[in-house]
Order: sequence, then structure tokens, then C-alpha cells
Amino acid sequence: MTVLIVGAGPAGIAAAGVLAQHGVRPVLLDENATPGGQVWRRLRDEAALDTLLGGEAAHYRRIHAQFAALRPDIEYRPGTLAWAIDGGTLHIAGDGRAEALRFTRLILATGATDRTLPLPGWTLPGVFTLGGAQALLKGQGCAIGRRVVFCGASPLLYIAALQYVRMGVTVAAVLDTTPLHRKLMAAPRLLADARTLWRGVQAMAALRRRGVPIRSGVRLRQFVGEQRVQGVAFDTGGQTVTIGCDAVATGFGLKPETQLAELAGATLRFDPASRQFLPAADADGRCADALYVAGDGGAIGGADAAEASGALAAYAALADTGVAVDARARAALRREVQRRRRFQRGLADAFAWPAHWIAALPDATLLCRCEAITAGELREAVRRDLGVREVNRGKALTRCGMGRCQGRFCGLAAAELIAAEASIPLAGVGHLRAQAPVKPIARGMVGAA
Amino acid sequence: MAGTTVRVGPPVPQDIRCTIDGRAVTAASGDTVLTAALLHGHVLRHLEFGGAPRAGFCLMGACQDCWMWTESGARLRACTTPVAEGMRLLTAAPSGWPA
Ligand SMILES: Cc1cc2nc3c(=O)[nH]c(=O)nc-3n(C[C@H](O)[C@H](O)[C@H](O)COP(=O)(O)OP(=O)(O)OC[C@H]3O[C@@H](n4cnc5c(N)ncnc54)[C@H](O)[C@@H]3O)c2cc1C
Ligand code: FES
Repeated sequence: MTVLIVGAGPAGIAAAGVLAQHGVRPVLLDENATPGGQVWRRLRDEAALDTLLGGEAAHYRRIHAQFAALRPDIEYRPGTLAWAIDGGTLHIAGDGRAEALRFTRLILATGATDRTLPLPGWTLPGVFTLGGAQALLKGQGCAIGRRVVFCGASPLLYIAALQYVRMGVTVAAVLDTTPLHRKLMAAPRLLADARTLWRGVQAMAALRRRGVPIRSGVRLRQFVGEQRVQGVAFDTGGQTVTIGCDAVATGFGLKPETQLAELAGATLRFDPASRQFLPAADADGRCADALYVAGDGGAIGGADAAEASGALAAYAALADTGVAVDARARAALRREVQRRRRFQRGLADAFAWPAHWIAALPDATLLCRCEAITAGELREAVRRDLGVREVNRGKALTRCGMGRCQGRFCGLAAAELIAAEASIPLAGVGHLRAQAPVKPIARGMVGAA
Repeated sequence: MAGTTVRVGPPVPQDIRCTIDGRAVTAASGDTVLTAALLHGHVLRHLEFGGAPRAGFCLMGACQDCWMWTESGARLRACTTPVAEGMRLLTAAPSGWPA
């Protein structure tokens, strides 16, 4: 049998490991040049590993050692983008060439990107995603600026800010948009994963000790600047203040990369907890015939859940083709994934996505970065006779979501805006449909496939 | 000129020469085009609609807000393309090219 795995993060590596153990040689492909995914992204300067990752450095070493040991037993194809799927064929591109790979089982471990929230000034040079700030630090050994504000709603705010401080960068402030009482309310569910909770609490304490100002319950107003960002304006105690900086890292949780799953035939279902559409899958990640999702690409669960769910998906693929697998190991993995995901649902509450800010966006704010479509233009399309009630219709009429990012960074906000403006439930507004190629590929390669 | 981004950690040998909008800059093997450009400046491109400056956003190949031009009219995604000796990069379409 031919098993293809897309994504060499913790989920994809764990899946490849289980398959190799059972004598199956999977193809593991990743757009990145190095393995590790987002959380274990290969450091450019591994001498900085302990400084940068602190207590997590051991986990990084374990994953990369595991991958190195696995390497002879898998076909690893770095620098390879999976850009379309039809029937039992995955279309890939890499090294300037396109190719079509047949498969009998497909495991999608595509991870996630930052969920971002449009605000006035969010397209200014110097404003980056929170994940991007970490990716640059790990992969390139560079900081996004010299004096950085971290803002949004995510546990990764604290983790990323601490990584920056440890590497000697000044963190001007951490502006957490959720109030402290929401975190206390979510605490019982967060105890499902006490170790991770403790790590988060420790990160906050370490930042405080190093004198980094931390504000909770902040209402962000604007990224300030003309040609580049120079500050972040937010409300506190009834007035608006601006904190100066030369770079911003902003993120409001994560958004699964579901495009390939959708093209492969998975049904996307609305998840009220995260207010997004996720691939409908069973406890093992099965979404359709011969199709499995694992890790953050299926449901946000963090690094450990990604590993466990990757192994589970591989066991399912083996069992579905008649290979005998260890039932007890599978049962333990299912419990592990459930526990971690319960914790993530607690996190989604503790770091809530402030959907109501989108309804309140000034008309002139850009919603769609690619096509430069404003909140006002989409509102207008909702308000007119027989106005927009569905996000793909909004895209057709306004071009919001039609650009090269395929709505990855405006799609969720566009749906929230339509729901708020039309006073209808978000679930009914839908999600932007995936289209091949899921990311731009060099011209000429599609024809060659 | 100091740019948006800054290297952390020990200095790396500057073994690559390239140009950005005709200005000579140096870079290190292992740098992406984005790293090379933002260590020396603040802009990667100007938006097709209205010309606003942009300097990337996601830094992981997802937002497509970092595409730069080369003088020969090729386009490349700055955050995922390794910088190479002799690259002649532009923050706007070369004259005579449609955006
Ligand atoms: C920058 C960042 C930092 C994070 N830090 C932490 C942390 O410290 N702790 C924590 O618990 N969680 C962290 N997270 C959450 C994190 O997403 C998960 O913990 C973990 O990385 C998920 O693993 P994964 O295997 O599901 O996906 P990922 O690690 O995201 O890996 C997915 C891989 O799939 C590849 N891919 C995607 N689409 C394609 C395609 N079409 N073609 C080819 N390849 C493709 C990507 O290049 C990527 O390497 C972080 C997330 C981000 C974005
Ligand atoms: S910065 Fe987003 S794709 Fe390069």
C-alpha cells in the first residue's frame, strides 16, 4: 500500500513512525526545507536551543532524534508543496517540478496558521503574526524588531514573548485582550492538562520577573504609524493610550489548514467553541474513505495532542487495510488526545476570540489584505437589497477573500462581519471554499503535471 | 541603513551580495530573501492596489504578502526563498511590466 503523509510536524512525524514500525514505508512530504513543523521548527543556530526553548529543549531534541532515526525507513520529501487532490491522486510541486502521486491512504497533518483579527493599521510594515515572530526567531535567528509588542489572545503570546526576552530582545509589552476572570473561569477545564497549564503560568511569571509589562483585558484600537508601525493604541481605564514599538506580533489563536482535507472530500463542520469550520472526523481522525487528518490541521490541540493524533491516524490507516495493530496502544492514544483537546477547549475560553470587535470595525479598515477590500465595502454588500448572507457570495461580489492567501487571513473575520451585520448565526454564513492550487505555485508547473 | 528585523546571537559571515532596488546589500548563506531585505530596509513590496508598502505578515508561506520582483521580471516569495549570490531584487514591478 502507498501511504502519503502531508506535513512533517509532530503529527506527521509520529504517523510516519507508527507506519515504519509496521513495515510500511510512507512518503512524508513538507513544504518546509526542514522537519519539525511549527513548534519544533529547526533552529538556524542550535547553539541557542536551551536559551530559546528553555524546558522544552529536551522535547525538541527527542523529536529531531526520532526523525533522524526514522529517516532510512521513510521517503522524506522536503521542499515539496501538496497543492491539489483528485480521487486517489495527490498533486505536488517541488524543485521546480510538478508530479502526481497515487495513494491508497492519505494522512493530512498540515497544521495551522495564526488566526488574525483585522484592526486599523494591521497591514503596516512591522506588524507580523505571532507565529511568524516565532518562525523568524527559530528558523532565521532574527527578531522582528528591537522593541516588540506582543498582542492578542493566545497562550502563545507569553511563550513567544519569553523566547524573545531570552534572546535579548526588548519586549515593550504583552497586551492580552482577554480579562483575567475568564481565565479563572476556564481553570477547571485547564486542569485536564496540569503540566501545560503550569508551563503557561511559569512563562507569565518569568516575563514579570524580567520586568515585561503585562496587561490583561485590553481593548486594542489601532496599530499606529505612517510608512511602518510605531506603536499600538489600546484602551485602558477609560482612555486610549499608545505604547511605542518598532514591531508587533499579533495572534488570536490558530486556524487549521483545512484546504487539502476539503479538496479530498472531508466535510467541514462548524465548531462553536472555536467559531470555525473543522473537518468532521471520528476519534481516530478518519474523515472519508482512505482519508485521515491529524494534529492541528484537524482540531487545534497543541504539540502533544498533535503527536498522539498522528500516531492514532497511522494506526487507523493500518487497521483499515487489515494490518493487525495493538488495541491497547490505540485506546491509550485516544484517551490522551481527548484529554489534550478538552484542555484546548478550556484555552479557547480563557483566550477568547473577540468576535464583537469585528462588528465594531471602522468602515475604512482593510479586511482583505490581498485585494485591499474594506470592512465598509463588505458591509455595503450585506446591506443592499437581497444582500450577502453567505461568505462565498460576499467573496464573489466584493473580492474579499479572492486574493492569493485564499482567505486564510480574512475569511473568519469576513464571516463574523456578515453574521453581525445581517444579525444571523455565524454557522449559517459558511466558510470560504478551498480551491486548487491551495497555495500559489510557480507558473508553468501546473501544465507539466 | 538599519532595517526592521535584527539578528540575534553571534554574527554570521556575510558571504552573499545582492541588490535591492539597485542598492547593494550583503547577506548570509541560509538567509531568506525576506531576511536579507528586512535586515536592511522596511519594505518588500508595494501593493498592486494603491501602492501601500508591505513587508510580509505570516513569515511562513501562508499570507503571500511578501512577493518581490527581480529585475528580469520573475516573482518570488521572499519568506520561503533562500537568498542567492547576485540576486537583483525589486520592491515594485520592473518598468514595462504589468503589476
Ligand atoms: C509558530 C508557532 C509556534 C507554536 N508554538 C507552540 C508551542 O510552543 N507549544 C505548543 O504546544 N504549541 C505550539 N504551537 C501550536 C502548534 O501548531 C502545534 O503545537 C504543533 O506544531 C502542531 O503540530 P502539527 O504536526 O499538527 O502541525 P505543524 O507543526 O504546524 O506542521 C504542519 C506541517 O505541514 C506542512 N504543510 C502544511 N500544508 C502543506 C502543504 N499543502 N504541502 C506541504 N506541506 C504542508 C507545514 O509546512 C508544516 O511543516 C505553535 C504554533 C505555531 C504556528
Ligand atoms: S510573509 Fe506570508 S507568505 Fe511570506
